[in-house]
Amino acid sequence: MLENYLPIIVFIFLGIAFGVGLTLVGYLLGPSKPDEEKNSQFECGFPAFEDSRMHFNVRYYLVAILFILFDLEVAFFIPWAVVQSKLGWFGFIGMSVFLLLLVVGFIFEWKKGALEWE
Amino acid sequence: MMDYQFNTADLFFALPELFMIAAIALILLLDLFVSERFQNLTYYLTQSTLAITGYFAFNLIGESAVIFDGTYVLDTIGSYFKVFMMVFSIVALVYSRHYLRAHNLLKGEYFILSLLSVLGMMVMVSAHSMLTIYLGLEIMSLSLYTLIAIARDRAVAVEAALKYFVLGAIASGLLLYGMSMIYGITGSLDIGQIAAFATGANLNSEQVLILNFGLVFLVIGIAFKFGAVPFHMWVPDVYQGAPTSVTMFLSTVPKFAATAMLVRLLIDGLGGLQAYWADLFIILAILSIGLGSLVALMQTNIKRLLAYSTISHIGFILLGFITGVVEGYGAATFYVLAYVLMSLTAFGIIIALNKQGFEADQIVDFRGLSKHSPWFALLMLFVMLSMAGVPPFIGFYSKLFILQQVVSAGYIYLAVAAVVFAVISAYYYLQIIKTMYFDDAEKEITVTAPLDMRIILSINGALILVLGLMPSYWMELAISLF
Repeated sequence: MLENYLPIIVFIFLGIAFGVGLTLVGYLLGPSKPDEEKNSQFECGFPAFEDSRMHFNVRYYLVAILFILFDLEVAFFIPWAVVQSKLGWFGFIGMSVFLLLLVVGFIFEWKKGALEWE
Repeated sequence: MMDYQFNTADLFFALPELFMIAAIALILLLDLFVSERFQNLTYYLTQSTLAITGYFAFNLIGESAVIFDGTYVLDTIGSYFKVFMMVFSIVALVYSRHYLRAHNLLKGEYFILSLLSVLGMMVMVSAHSMLTIYLGLEIMSLSLYTLIAIARDRAVAVEAALKYFVLGAIASGLLLYGMSMIYGITGSLDIGQIAAFATGANLNSEQVLILNFGLVFLVIGIAFKFGAVPFHMWVPDVYQGAPTSVTMFLSTVPKFAATAMLVRLLIDGLGGLQAYWADLFIILAILSIGLGSLVALMQTNIKRLLAYSTISHIGFILLGFITGVVEGYGAATFYVLAYVLMSLTAFGIIIALNKQGFEADQIVDFRGLSKHSPWFALLMLFVMLSMAGVPPFIGFYSKLFILQQVVSAGYIYLAVAAVVFAVISAYYYLQIIKTMYFDDAEKEITVTAPLDMRIILSINGALILVLGLMPSYWMELAISLF
């Protein structure tokens, strides 16, 4: 039973070695010219520590939601494209219907002005 | 490698759903590009879509087939449920339109979202795989959350939508967890193969244990969607907070879908474990009937009161499934039909009194209705007596059929408890009748509904009496579905 976990242990050690190794290489070989900006924490363009009740523009959410929709569309398309040659017309028409429905949604959001920033 | 061969003939059996999705896409685009002058167009197109879809579903009654590689099934119960859902959706939208007009909410999106949620319900009704069930459930639920939030400048509506969304997400999570357990032990998402596994004679005790473990989560998920105690917490808040037209829709048509989900998962799929899930249902049913009847006594808001009344009706519906016989399932389905008729009429009458700035959602708003509008007061009297279970209304027969089956299945204590709570609940139904007939109005109340709504509401209310006088055809139909 326990020997089944051997690959996992090997994997953990490999992971640690890989992470530590690359950091070490960068530390030893890279140029080091620190300044205040470089030493501050960075997270998605915002300062890492501040009041959690910060305001930000609600339009970000709209853009984010619309982005996720079409991002997922791509996520569906890639595996489909890989096996399309085996799926034949069934796969092609099925995906066309899927795309068509998304286009209807896209026309809706465009016409409703969800893509206008102002 | 899966060798699925697509069969064009399969499309014919899914015609109602395919027609509906095409119509939704078309209406969505038309609603965008047609000018304000034709704003009724979306409404009429929506109603025609529902009618035509219902016609397609009606024509498919009697056909039966498992299509799309076993993920979709067409059978009698599915087709009948679809026809019922279409008819009741049409009625609900006729009432909704008056409400939306009175409160400046009349937008094309309302009708499109309603259609989408009906589409989700149709997928649920015809699902033959756990994935399809989940797909339909989410199409329905996401549209319903949005429908509630359509009155986005009302804080209570947004609160209701958020609460429903969060609790609905938890329920979906629990349901999915149960499904994953069932999938893990049976190795299939297909309802037919799950059934074959669950009824197999050579299950060892470990396999039964895991099946039961998954089963508990499935039952919790279903109870959440039905709103059975102790998973009822969202029901009163959502019913009260949502715009009344959405509350009406929410309390009626999705009950068919929830029943279908129960039938597909627990009867078609895990029918072999009936003895196990019936035990869980006994607890759910008796708590629902009890809490629904007792807490409703203290309500002053009629939407909230109807929410608790719904909870107790759900308890009765679940009682029918405890029996484990076809007649019991039929009685439960008949109860769903009766409940939807009564609930539609009750909310219809509330909406009929709505006008700009007046919701008519307090019980005191009904004071003296009998003097101002004797006909609608009489219809409300029908609904209340029917919900209380007074003969000769349909509510009496639906309760009677359930209790007959419960007694003949040997659960006499359950029947006694249900009757006691039904008597207690009669108090608040009679209270509303008293308010309408014996209290004096403080202010003038008028029925503001347009003619088409008055006619349909009258037919709807009269059916509560007519079907109560001749329930046997519908009862036999309900039994024949199983």
